[in-house]
Amino acid sequence: MKVRARFTKVGRVRWTSHRDVARMWERALRRGRVPVAYTAGFSPRPQLSFGLALPTGCESVAEYLDISLATPVDPVDLGALVGPLLPDGVDVVAAGVLEHGAPSLQEMVSSCTWEIEVPGDPDDLGAAIERVLGAASLPIRRERKGRAVVDDLRPSVLALSSAGAGATGALLLAELGTRPRGVRPAELAQAMGIELGLARRTRQLIERDGSRGEPLVADHTGAAFTWERAS
Amino acid sequence: MTSLWPRIESLLAQVTKPARYIGGELGALRPVHAPGRVAWLLLYPDTYEIGLPNQGLQILYEILNERDDAVAERAYAPWTDMEAAMRAASVPLFSLEGSLPASAFDVLAFNLSAELTYTNVLNLVDLAGVPVRSADRGPTDPLVVAGGHCAFNPEPLADFVDAFVLGDGEEAVGELTEVIGAWQAAGSRSRPDLLVALAAVPGVYVPSCYEPVYDDGRLTGVVPRLAGVPARVEKRTIADLGQWPYPKQQLVPLVEVVHDRLNVEVFRGCTRGCRFCQAGMITRPVRERPVEQVDRMVREGLARTGYDEVTLTSLSSADFSGIEGAVSSVINDPECSGQVSVSLPSLRVDAFTVGLAAEIQKVRRTGLTFAPEGGTWRMRQVINKLIREEDLYAAVDAAFSQGWQRVKLYFLIGLPTETDEDVLGIARLARNCVEIGRRHHRSVTVTASVGGFVPKPHTPFQWFGQNTIEELRRKVGLLKDEARATRGLTLRWHDPEATAAEGIVSRGDRRMGAVVEHVWRAGGTFQEWSEHFDLGLWRDALDAAGLDLADAVYRHREQDEVLPWDHLSAGLHRDFLWQDFQEALAEHGLEDCRWTPCYDCGACTGLGVEHMVASAVPPAGGSQGTGQDLATGGAVPVRFLDKAPIVAAVGGERSA
Repeated sequence: MKVRARFTKVGRVRWTSHRDVARMWERALRRGRVPVAYTAGFSPRPQLSFGLALPTGCESVAEYLDISLATPVDPVDLGALVGPLLPDGVDVVAAGVLEHGAPSLQEMVSSCTWEIEVPGDPDDLGAAIERVLGAASLPIRRERKGRAVVDDLRPSVLALSSAGAGATGALLLAELGTRPRGVRPAELAQAMGIELGLARRTRQLIERDGSRGEPLVADHTGAAFTWERAS
Repeated sequence: MTSLWPRIESLLAQVTKPARYIGGELGALRPVHAPGRVAWLLLYPDTYEIGLPNQGLQILYEILNERDDAVAERAYAPWTDMEAAMRAASVPLFSLEGSLPASAFDVLAFNLSAELTYTNVLNLVDLAGVPVRSADRGPTDPLVVAGGHCAFNPEPLADFVDAFVLGDGEEAVGELTEVIGAWQAAGSRSRPDLLVALAAVPGVYVPSCYEPVYDDGRLTGVVPRLAGVPARVEKRTIADLGQWPYPKQQLVPLVEVVHDRLNVEVFRGCTRGCRFCQAGMITRPVRERPVEQVDRMVREGLARTGYDEVTLTSLSSADFSGIEGAVSSVINDPECSGQVSVSLPSLRVDAFTVGLAAEIQKVRRTGLTFAPEGGTWRMRQVINKLIREEDLYAAVDAAFSQGWQRVKLYFLIGLPTETDEDVLGIARLARNCVEIGRRHHRSVTVTASVGGFVPKPHTPFQWFGQNTIEELRRKVGLLKDEARATRGLTLRWHDPEATAAEGIVSRGDRRMGAVVEHVWRAGGTFQEWSEHFDLGLWRDALDAAGLDLADAVYRHREQDEVLPWDHLSAGLHRDFLWQDFQEALAEHGLEDCRWTPCYDCGACTGLGVEHMVASAVPPAGGSQGTGQDLATGGAVPVRFLDKAPIVAAVGGERSA
């Protein structure tokens, strides 16, 4: 049996790495005595599968994890049990049973939406958005295996808009593709020539049969946990 | 006091591993500061990853926060990128719990575990905005104190640290709190008054109350400046470890650190008597934790932390009376679902049996490291690590037979009386271990890790002149040639230049303070890290101070020479140490006094405490450091010794 959980990563804990989050989950599941399935072999590891890595320093209200269980557990119970054992800022907001043979999170997710705080004048941000949307290509220089390469980000910038004034300046809304590789908010900011404030992943999106959805929908008003069966 | 958090957080996007600066560990406390509560900032002078697991710091953190008259928070050394960002933004050193400036605390308390972190101590005091030299501090500056193993030769830091605590800190921190609290309550503005009051606390050494005296460039004594301070400061020792079941709430960090697992201290002290080992000498006598308490701390700790690995810590855990029961009760506990592994640091090869190997590997094979330390039986008699070659081979055979394919062996080079034959013996032992492994697996790796020996204060080798950089390099070279010729043998060695720098500080007197300060001012922080270590800085600093590397490090000390720590006592008679040094030079071993008659090293009699050991015989089998062939769990024959406690020397590699 596999359970998919949706969780947040907000506040101070955003400075931890993807790997740190995996270790937090492993410990919380052990503390909660959740019967997680372990790999066989000389060095047994809990069978947990995390989705797209969240860059260190970014917040998210849409992180996912698939948990393989040795014996069945009600996802509602699992979420309620483990949630309080996770660090502040990591909250389980939804959990559901995963259908047999469901594709992995990595395979499914094709884009993510972001809310990015951009210090400075909202008008300047508007101009930067227009420039990017009108550009045929958006080259950035990166290091890959010690060599400098130039990547074109433009095909991965699926949507870009301004939501007016944010907490510390303007608020940028972006949808960024994950293939061939995920674009990070920092790379977008570099390509746009803007300063990067707090970036928060708001949704991970999948496309199935022509319609778009999320791996597990959450009531992310944060008012209460909602539990649902994944279809 | 206001939190610096918004200013700290604004720096985090530009630094590596930012989660080192956010705290938030499971077990972290948020103590409430208030008048009448002495505020301690506990500091480890290295990175968060190295410092967080330090059990001494965590023990004192809990003990202080349980008191009504104290609060304690923590800080570690920010990495160089964070330090640069902090200095550029004028953000001072801060506590992890409340993000409070370090200068707002009453006490900055350092753990001193390694000499090469001393420049970081100065850097942290400076980052706190506190004058680096004690003499420059005023009544409103925090008190700077330090404890830990390196405090047993505090002289190189004597100009920078206001007070040192020698030995176990569990009781002493409470007494310090009371003295500081009373001084504050009295409204005294006199820092010297406080220092004199602290000097009266047993185990506390206040360097400004003592004056080093030199004659023709040689130290002739460190003597009290004032009436009423003790001429000799004795270390603190807690009599019963069972009274101190700490840490009760071991910190579980959000980020990966070294030793990232549950740690339960099973005993403190060691009487194996390895002559190079400062830890074993200064922590005597042996005090075991009751087996039931170990069991409870393991069980509760695992349930609370969610760790899947527990280490039973001590200086030689296989010597714990309840070791087999403790290991198998964790491994075979249905609550642990076969998912919790046990590791034992400093495993003696003569206690590592097939049975123990089989138990440990049931869950997952953690790294296996053995420490024969010397390459020949002769060398091991000199250093009193009386494990036989057969014991090593049996242990390695047990490991390989239980599925391990990689084994690590620790050795020292540069030991007293060492010959090239002894050095080459390291390669021979390692090669034989590879051979044994091949009987079980096609491909095995044996790593021989070789460190240069640094003579330490309060040990029988404290008089010995350290090998030069060139000599250590030559010996490493001998081993490199041998290792190249053997498939499956990997050689690792410690940088001889770093060994020399450690030697500068290890036995330095108060004049070495200028050297530490010079290296720090020249930017020499994180000297434990190879990417930052720079012997050039140390050489320049010695030149500037008019001191000489050969005299400070390579010179053999005279029998009657005053040593910079002679006014401090770890409980050991100086005569005993000198006698034991002579026994070493004569290649004579010395038995473990836990199970054999007392040879009066001074620790038990002087401190009025005794060994607390549950088992009347060594718990595991093998020769158990006696050089004798013993059945598993067998009793060590008791013999009454003549004046000099000597194990009959046995020829060659075999024992009678």
